[in-house]
Amino acid sequence: MTGKLRDAKPSARQEIPIRRIVNESGIEIKPLYTADDVVSTGGVDASRPGEAPFTRGIHPLMYRHRPFTMRQYTGFANAADTNERFKYLIANGQTGLNVAFDLATQCGYDSDAPEAVGEVGRVGMAIDTLRDFEIAFDGIDLDAITVSLTINGAAAVLIAMYLAMAEKRGYDIAKLRGTAQNDILKEFIGRGTWIYPVDPSVKLVADTIEYCAKVAPKYSPVSVCGYHIRESGATPAEEMGYAFSIAKAYTDAALARGLDIDEFAGRLSFNFNIFGNLFEQVAKFRAGRRHWAKIILEEYGAKKPDSGWLRMIAGGGGFGLTIEQPENNIMRGAYYALIAALGGAQTMALCCYDEAYTIPTPKAQRLSLRTMQLLIEEIGLADTVDPLGGSYYIESLTNQLEEKIVAAMNWVDANGGIVKAVSDGVIQAKVSQYAYQRQKALESGALRKVGVNCYTESDEEKPDVALHGYDEMGAIEQIASLRKVRAERSSDAVARSLATLRADAQAGRNVMPAMMAAVKAYATVGEMSNALVDVYGRFQEPTKIWYRVA
Amino acid sequence: MSNRRIKVLLAKPGLDGHDVGAKVVVHALMEAGFEVIYTGLRQTPDAIAAAAAKAGVDVVGLSILSGAHLPLCRRIRDLLQEKGLHDTLWIVGGNIPEADRMVLKQLGYRGVFPTGSRTDAIVNFIRENVK
Repeated sequence: MTGKLRDAKPSARQEIPIRRIVNESGIEIKPLYTADDVVSTGGVDASRPGEAPFTRGIHPLMYRHRPFTMRQYTGFANAADTNERFKYLIANGQTGLNVAFDLATQCGYDSDAPEAVGEVGRVGMAIDTLRDFEIAFDGIDLDAITVSLTINGAAAVLIAMYLAMAEKRGYDIAKLRGTAQNDILKEFIGRGTWIYPVDPSVKLVADTIEYCAKVAPKYSPVSVCGYHIRESGATPAEEMGYAFSIAKAYTDAALARGLDIDEFAGRLSFNFNIFGNLFEQVAKFRAGRRHWAKIILEEYGAKKPDSGWLRMIAGGGGFGLTIEQPENNIMRGAYYALIAALGGAQTMALCCYDEAYTIPTPKAQRLSLRTMQLLIEEIGLADTVDPLGGSYYIESLTNQLEEKIVAAMNWVDANGGIVKAVSDGVIQAKVSQYAYQRQKALESGALRKVGVNCYTESDEEKPDVALHGYDEMGAIEQIASLRKVRAERSSDAVARSLATLRADAQAGRNVMPAMMAAVKAYATVGEMSNALVDVYGRFQEPTKIWYRVA
Repeated sequence: MSNRRIKVLLAKPGLDGHDVGAKVVVHALMEAGFEVIYTGLRQTPDAIAAAAAKAGVDVVGLSILSGAHLPLCRRIRDLLQEKGLHDTLWIVGGNIPEADRMVLKQLGYRGVFPTGSRTDAIVNFIRENVK
């Protein structure tokens, strides 16, 4: 793809052919930016950090006041093993936890369900009952270390479990902080741990927002994820635009409960990806902050400025990592961390260099943690707010990215809104087409990837990868401890609480109070999820992924 | 082989939600002119074998990235054999270490495509191996 920039002025001497560069969001990149570009793309944003629309950051002092929280994604085997890894990371300076659950837990199955065979404790920690949560967080100060639960389909169950565990340990849940991912709409687009059909799934998200607004107002019940949509095949602008469409759907559902926007908007948080072009990602975060503030403060008329904060974890970068020459991922991780810090993320989590193909080793996790610590301690990333602000390039890109974010949201609206686009599968089809184009570009070499299609090694040098071992005995032990809990608990109390849960779901009431009661009676993840499946049914995935989407 | 279009079932067994790769392969196989049935996520081995038998496919493709490929592929092999589908071509892709590739081939999965495989390699393999 060679050509000349359209607006490059012809030189009197000789025209130098310049390779045309268009970033993933579809913005043509110029070789030089000046003040004129900022003006022509929409003008200078003179707002200060901590002032709406928060383009430069949601806090006046940002990392000078508090550096980004370091929260590596962690969880495997059972609660005891995961607890040990949590403590290892905390001892190494990690400041938050980001909990990974196994697929059985995420999909609402008990460890002894037929669907769970081979999956118990494989990709995350196995959780069956409140007992597992008690073990997982034993000895961890829940005020000092905030906990983020990466759970979606089964989020209502696990939020209840977390609150119940904290309550049991004597914490006042009215003051308890923490986050649940609980973004089910993106699960239908990418990641795939849905349980119920789309409409009742959104209803459950609204239940958790409403319940937390009343009972645990410091808890963030939702973290809307552009992250996985980007992984599945969305551009950076689409990542943010689709996330906002999703966040608006949850906001509308919560408002329909009679909540005031200022009661809950400040507790909505976000999760975005950091792989790709550094400047494009930084501009994405700045544009995203500005646009989300406009949505909440102008469109929804929130009165409290912090309702319009785009609070985010920026991290991962999973799709950017490669199984080829995996050590290159160490460097990629460092640049991605730089992106997150320059982008003003509140929290950072990096995919480890071996995480392209397995659960990371402790050493790889520590290396990611050290990467983040280096930025703060040695490289000066926590010294000054929005250090790229004022750059002609970044300011122009920020303006252009915001336009592209709006365009992505308009596309969703043109397809009937996010709930319909997801139910029909049209958004899934769109992102999978982009993923295919991206794959073709990788295979043709049009998209360069170091170690994959350039600077490659011969086959003989290719290292084989070691996967995190699967512990069959661990699964057997988990099932044994689940059966022990089942034998010890009051089966009457469990049956009663599940009957109430089913009845509340049937009547369309908020299920969280009944869920809390069931959790405290040591009902299992599978029992509570199945009670809701009885009422809501299970999601049937649209599989028509190949039709053309405009 | 005849001019009949090659028919492929592409399935996501188990609870693994990583479907980017599977969908990329669906696109590539369709572009190559194959008829492709994509099952979507969360398919049980029984459902996959039943779908393969019902649709009368030439190829059964599995995509697994959770690491649970060995137990799932064993179970699906048994069920495909029970249904008399020995002569169809079985392929599997995903996050598969070297040591497991031989095991999968011994189970009867003639094509094993680890992460990083090219889509044209998958297309060519199917063209060359469908009777």
